[in-house]
Order: sequence, then C-alpha cells, then structure tokens
Amino acid sequence: MTATATPPQTRSAEPPAEPPRQRRRLTAYWLLLPGALWLVVFFVIPFYSLVATSLYDPDGSVLHGYDMTWAFSNFWHALHDYWGPLLRSLWYGAVATAICLVLGYVLAYAIAFKAGRWKNLMLVLVIAPFFTSFLVRTLSWKLLLRDDGFIVNSLQFLHLIGPEGRLLATPVAVIAGLVYNFLPFMVLPLFASVDKIDHRLIEASGDLYASPVVGFFKVTWPLSLPGVVSGTLLTFIPAVGDYINAQLLGSPKQRMIGNVIQDLFTNANNYPAAGALSVILMALILVMVLLYVRRAGTEELL
Amino acid sequence: MSQVAERTAQPAQTGDGGSFDGLRLRSLTKQFAAFTAVDSLDLDVPSGSFFALLGPSGCGKTTTLRMVAGLETPTSGSMHLGDRDITWDKPYRRPVNTVFQNYALFPHLDIFENVAFGLRRRRGKDVEKQVGDMLELVELDSQARKKPAQLSGGQQQRVALARALINRPEVLLLDEPLGALDLKLRRSMQIEIKRIQTEVGLTFVHVTHDQEEAMTMADTIAVMNAGVIEQMGAPGDLYENPRTTFVANFLGQSNLIEGTLKGRDGDQVVVDMQGTLATVPASRAHVDVVDNNPVWLGIRPEKVLLGESGDAIDAPGNSIPGGVVTDVSFVGVSTQYLVRMPWGQELQVFEQNTGRRRLFRQGEPVEVSWRPEYAFLLDHSQDASAGVEDDAS
Amino acid sequence: MRWLQRNAVLLGGLLVIVYMFVPIFVVVLMSFNKPRSKLIYRFDGFTLQNWLHPCQSPSMCSAVGRSIEIGLLATIVATVLGTLMAFALVRHQFRGRTVSNVLIFLPMASPEIVMGSSLLALFVAGGFGGRLGFWTILIAHIMFCLSFVVVTVRARLAGLDTNLEQAAMDLYATEAQTFWRVTFPLVFPGILGAALLSFSLSFDDFIITNLNAGNTTTFPMYVWGVAQRGVPMQVNVVGTVMFVISVAIVVGAELNRRRQERALA
Repeated sequence: MTATATPPQTRSAEPPAEPPRQRRRLTAYWLLLPGALWLVVFFVIPFYSLVATSLYDPDGSVLHGYDMTWAFSNFWHALHDYWGPLLRSLWYGAVATAICLVLGYVLAYAIAFKAGRWKNLMLVLVIAPFFTSFLVRTLSWKLLLRDDGFIVNSLQFLHLIGPEGRLLATPVAVIAGLVYNFLPFMVLPLFASVDKIDHRLIEASGDLYASPVVGFFKVTWPLSLPGVVSGTLLTFIPAVGDYINAQLLGSPKQRMIGNVIQDLFTNANNYPAAGALSVILMALILVMVLLYVRRAGTEELL
Repeated sequence: MSQVAERTAQPAQTGDGGSFDGLRLRSLTKQFAAFTAVDSLDLDVPSGSFFALLGPSGCGKTTTLRMVAGLETPTSGSMHLGDRDITWDKPYRRPVNTVFQNYALFPHLDIFENVAFGLRRRRGKDVEKQVGDMLELVELDSQARKKPAQLSGGQQQRVALARALINRPEVLLLDEPLGALDLKLRRSMQIEIKRIQTEVGLTFVHVTHDQEEAMTMADTIAVMNAGVIEQMGAPGDLYENPRTTFVANFLGQSNLIEGTLKGRDGDQVVVDMQGTLATVPASRAHVDVVDNNPVWLGIRPEKVLLGESGDAIDAPGNSIPGGVVTDVSFVGVSTQYLVRMPWGQELQVFEQNTGRRRLFRQGEPVEVSWRPEYAFLLDHSQDASAGVEDDAS
Repeated sequence: MRWLQRNAVLLGGLLVIVYMFVPIFVVVLMSFNKPRSKLIYRFDGFTLQNWLHPCQSPSMCSAVGRSIEIGLLATIVATVLGTLMAFALVRHQFRGRTVSNVLIFLPMASPEIVMGSSLLALFVAGGFGGRLGFWTILIAHIMFCLSFVVVTVRARLAGLDTNLEQAAMDLYATEAQTFWRVTFPLVFPGILGAALLSFSLSFDDFIITNLNAGNTTTFPMYVWGVAQRGVPMQVNVVGTVMFVISVAIVVGAELNRRRQERALA
C-alpha cells in the first residue's frame, strides 16, 4: 500500500534472459508451496465447505449434525426470506462506492497534481486515520451523528431535516459510515493511477483548445481508468459484505446481508441458510465484477 | 590515417596450438529459443589490449560480453583465459569484472563500500588503502562516504569503473559504459578511460554501438553484425580498407557503385563502372577476380574530388564526367555535396573548406575523380545498404 | 475569487482530509472524557483517569493483549510465507503462474463475510466447531494477510534492478552472499511495510474473527460487545495510542526519506 519509487529499468537491446533451467523451476515451487498450500487449505477448500454447507438438510442443527441432502431449495428459501437485505446491501454498496469515487477522485487529484512538495505528507494523512480501530472510529461517528448532537442540530436549524428528524438509524448514517470506512481503498489506487499521468498531457489538451472540463473528461479520466476500476472494486466488495456500519449506525430497518449471515451463523445456528446466502452473495459479486471489468476493458487487475 | 593496409597484423591470427595469454573465444554460440544471438564466434583478445566490440543494437555484442562475464551461459563453444577454461565457471569464480551499462551501483552502500565490495568478498588485505588509492585514481577520494544517488552521472561512471578495476581482473568488460552521459562528458570520459587503461595495463573489452567512441579508444576493433564478426583490425585499417558493405557503411560512410570486373592489369584490378573504366589495387579487391563478375566499387566521400567539367584533374586517378551537383550543405569544416551521376546514382562528396577551392553551386555540372588506391571492391552479393544507420547516434 | 477557482481542487482535497480526521479528533477527545453516565456517550468533562488507569476494565486489556499476540504471530508467518511467494513470482518462470496470481488476488477481492463463513463451514465440517478460538483466529488472519504481503513485497522486488545482483556476482559474491548483501537489504523496506500492513489488518479485523473466534475475545470483538452496553472511555485510549504509534512510524519513515533526499542537494 505504500507507493514505492521504481528505479529506472535497464533497457537492453539484447534479447531477454535465458530460459530457466530445471533446478530453478523446482526452487520456484518450493518457495511457492507453503503459502499456496495455506491459501488452498484455508481459502479454496473452505469455499467448497461453504457450498456443501449450503446444500445440507435445513432440518439439522449444529448439535446433531447436518446431512448432505443436496437441498437446493435452501437457495430458494434464502432468496425468498432475505431478498430485502440482499438488494439493500447492493444498493448501499453502490451508493457508497459512487460517493467514495467523487471524494476519492478530488483527493487523489489534489495530492497528485496540486500538493507539490506536500504530496507525501498528504498521502500519509490519508492513511493515518485508518490505523485506528475500525470499530472505535465507527463509534465516533455514532457520537457525532447522535440525535441532539452538533450535526443534527445544525441540519435542523438549516431546515434540511425536520425538527424530529435524525441521522442515526437512517440509511444516510449507514451509507456515510460505509463511505468513511472504505474511502482509503478508493483513494490509494486512484492516486497510483492519477499520479502516473504525465501532467504535460493535460497541458497539451489545453493547448489544443480543450477547456479544463473537456480536458479532464477526454484526457485525465480515461488515463486514470485502471485506478477507477480497481478502486471501485476494492470499495464496493467490502462495503456490500459489511455489517458493522449497519449495526452500529443503523437500525433493523437498515439490516444488510452481512448482518443476516452473521445472525444465522452465530445466533440462529441455521448453517445451511447462512451458507446459501454467502454463496449467493459471492456469486452475485463475481458476476458483477466480471461484467464490470469486461465493460471497463481493464484486464490488468492482477 | 593514411597508413593504408600497412598493419595487416591481425591479432586473431595466433594459432590454436600456441600459448596465448589473453582471452580466447572458440565457436562461441548463444541461442535464445529460435533466435541465434551469437553464432559460432571465434575471437582472440591479446592481454593488455584495449579491444572494442562494435555493432548496432541486437548484433550480439552485449550477449558475447555477458557470456565472458559468466552472466549468460553459452549454448556451445568455449572460453579460455590463458590456459584456463572459464566456459562453465560461475561469474564469481572468474577473474573478469564488468562495468555495467547503467553502472548497477549498489544504492544501499556508500561509494567506499561499493568499491570495496569485490575485495571484501575475496577477503583482500589492506582494503582501506586499496580503496583509497583507487578513489584517488578516479578523482573521487572526497566522495567516499556519499551514496551513489548523490553523485552525478559522470561520477557514478567513475565509481563503476573503480569498483571493477580495483579487483585487477585479467579482463575488464565495459558494456556501453558511456551511453548514459551527454556528448561533452562522453568525450572527456573516453580520454579518461583510455588514460586509466594505459596506466593499469589491464585488458579492456569495450562494447559499444558508437563508432567514433570505438575508434577513439580502442587499439583493435571487431565489427559485429547479426551474431558474427564482420571484420577485425586497427581502427585505421577498418576505416580505410573495409571488407564488407556492412563495415563500409557502419564505420563512416561510403559510396558503393555497381560495376563489372574486366580482368587484371599488373597488380591493379580493372572495373567497368557504368561505362567508365576504373582501377583498384588487387590488395583492396575483396572479391574473386573473375571477368564479368558484378562488384561494388566503394569510395569514401572525403576521398572524392570535384572538378569543373572539362578541367584537368590535379592527380592521376579514376575520373568520371557528367555529374551534376544536386545538393550543397555547408557544415563549417567541410562542405558536403550530393552529385547526381549520369546513371542516376547520387554520390556523396565531402570537401574540406581549405579556402583554396571555390564552392560549387546547386545545378552546376562537375567531374568527379579519386585516386585508385583509395577505392575498394566488395562482393556484389552483399546488400549495398547494410549497416547504414537510420539515425545518427 | 480567482485564487479560489485555481485552488478549488486542493481545497476540496483538504476538506476530504479534514473529514477523515473528524472521528480521530473525537477518539482523542473522548479518551480524556469523564462520563457522567455509562449509557450516554458524549463529552462531559476532562480527566486523565482513563490514561492513568487504562486497565480499569481488565477484560479490555486482556483483549488488547490477545489481539497483539495474534497480530504478531500472524504477521510473522504471513510475512515469511508471502515473501517467499513474492520471490517465486518475480524471480522465477514456472508453469502455474496465472493460477498462483489468481489464488493470491481472490482473497483480496472476496467479502470478509464470505471468507469468514467459508472458514467457519470448514472448521465445523472438520469437527473443530467446538474448538474455535485462538488458533482458528490465527489461521484466518494469516490467510487474509498473506495476499497483502505478496502484493507489497512483489511490487518492491519487481522494481529491483536485476543488474545489481549480477554486478554482485561479477564482484565475487556467491549466490548466498549476493542474496544477503544485495537483494535482501534492498527488498527489506518492502518486507517491513508488508509486516506493518499485516499487523494492522490483523489487529483491526472483526468480521472474519467474530465468525471463527468461539469464546475468545480480541480487541475489536470487545468493542463490539461493549458498543451495545456502554463503552468504557479506555477504548478511546487504545484508539489514540494506535493512531499515535502508526503516525509516528509513517512520519518517521517519511522524515528519514526526506533527510536522505536533502543530503542529495
């Protein structure tokens, strides 16, 4: 996550390095093995367990164990019971991502092009708040947005919300929390992309009769697309799955899919339904990501 | 530069059996997948010489250098240093050091430690003193505790040189060592490196694509093209008597005129050059002398004289009438003309601005001539535009 | 007015930064708060009590200790394994590169709730459902830190000029000497950065941890628990300390970099 300066690559007119020898190839596998094994055992195989869990007999329980009954109906039931929180999560995630994109772009652009010698300091300032616990920060927002707090009173004074209006336990608070918590995931990739843009290109567009606004949309924006794509993905994915903001800043009316899954696992002990919902969420996100990446035409995500 | 063909002594001619204390490459080959970078190369570099491998980018010169350094494994062939076979030695086992193209100075070590690196690895004694002396030689003794990034390009270049030299390698390899410097600095570094080489007396093998650099510094040049050595010799020999169209064009510039062999006249070869008979000394005819064979007759632009049409030529030579000046470029020390010949070809002619002759104007009819001993004959099967540089570099 | 127009973007950026710091300000302020009631979370008066007695709630301090313990262990394992993987990916050609890259990328692109529930499903299916706790948390943390380590170290390593290693070999350094004297010192800042990132990810994780923790309580889980009942102000002390330490590290690194840069001039 730290921006490291890359020393200039040596340019050699000669053909690239020799093809690898057998011994070196084996070394690569030995280096890769422990980490890859860890990821396979504790990331890939769990997915398989999750899918299996989602197909268990819904009448079982943690105490008595579950039977594998290929209960595809779990999916239908899960969708039927929880389509509300599912759609709400996608909606909140999308709105939060859009707001993050606007705020993040302004910030990334300011750091890259306007900060001058304060560039690194500003970058540090962006990251610094996020080393304080996620939960403690969210509690602070709860304090800031409380019913007789400064922000609510000001909004009431300006008649932006009614005298009985509040922020806590509304979608506004939940989305604001999501925006706040995932903003750095947007800013850092955006900054990496915008910072790479040669500022002379923007000057050249001005020289070629583009107004600053046109210049932005014809030059800066297209060149920063890789950052936009990875930033929106890195914001959207965790935001959709998050339930901390909904729990601390919202009310049961703002329940997101994460709250439901968490609840089904830990309180209701309904593993099959929870598993089915997780699988649905993952599948939805994968499909959306693939469509999005294809449309944006960026394949350099890895 | 007129000691034409006096030094035919080619260092490569030492036989395989005799003892030789330089660097010797035999049938050295390097293939990358389907591409042959170096093709069965034979080369002898006598110890103590300043040797240049000259060629365009992609000709295999850097690959050759990297094989000698041990950074690239040959596909086949052998490398010897004196009697020692170093073909399969690891880079850290051979008494060879390299000055890398972009210097490759260790950014986390200061100048002193950079220079001391090789000595420390070999547990050398008196590291302090040796490094001090070496830094003095390259005039950087006051910069010892700085980091490489704090030095200028020219200073970094000297650190790279010192770091390699201090190990007193049997062969010092320089991979385009001056490529990253600006023109003025490059000129002074050329002289500097040459001075150091004379001072320490080590064998230097210098890879470059810059023909002026090679001619300034080296006492022997091997011109490389497409993985093979086209010609090797002293700079003057290569320039005055090139054996291939590639060398004729890559080292300086040449006019190559199509002609037909018309037998011998004593030690002269007679060529029918577009209807005019011209002669070339047999020692400069790098072709099989068979009547009616087509050849390229080569002549350097500065060896061509221009005369008023119908004037007597001031020296006996080959003379062709009917030229017309099509372009005149005044470049200060000389004037460069393009002259269209009756057969349509445009010849380049460089004339020194001595002030004794008047300038010709565009469109003026002229006669061109040259002394036979400056011309050379090349095989017609070779590409007349081989080695022509697309851009001045 | 023209000044405003010219600096609008910069002002906007500064406003966003102020926005990012507002809750931090609250955290620091509340760490000096003297609450009148446990149930109302607001600033009532100034006191140093929270700082002088950070462990008034012993369960909080033990949760912090556990988080540090897990964070350190997870960081060490993830940094070692991830660095090895980064070396394999940058320095070696081998079959299965693309698969490896996808394997490393996916954990970063999966929602935590899905990763957490998958792991829980595995543990339960494997008969560890009743033994969730320290070790299952540690396993999970190593898993999600690993990818971030690989990405960070890989970036550093990819920016390293291979000529430097060749130069070392040319100067009589064996493979091992080359690694320890040239490669490692140059990659080390990347490894250190990866380790810091790992620690903060692990220390701060709630969603995955909460699903796989059993009865074990980490600091974020403690905060989650007290958020429903009444938050002891010492939580803000921990938050402030975390902020100060991390800022000190980042600012220290930046000052060090500037000092070196100034020496250049």
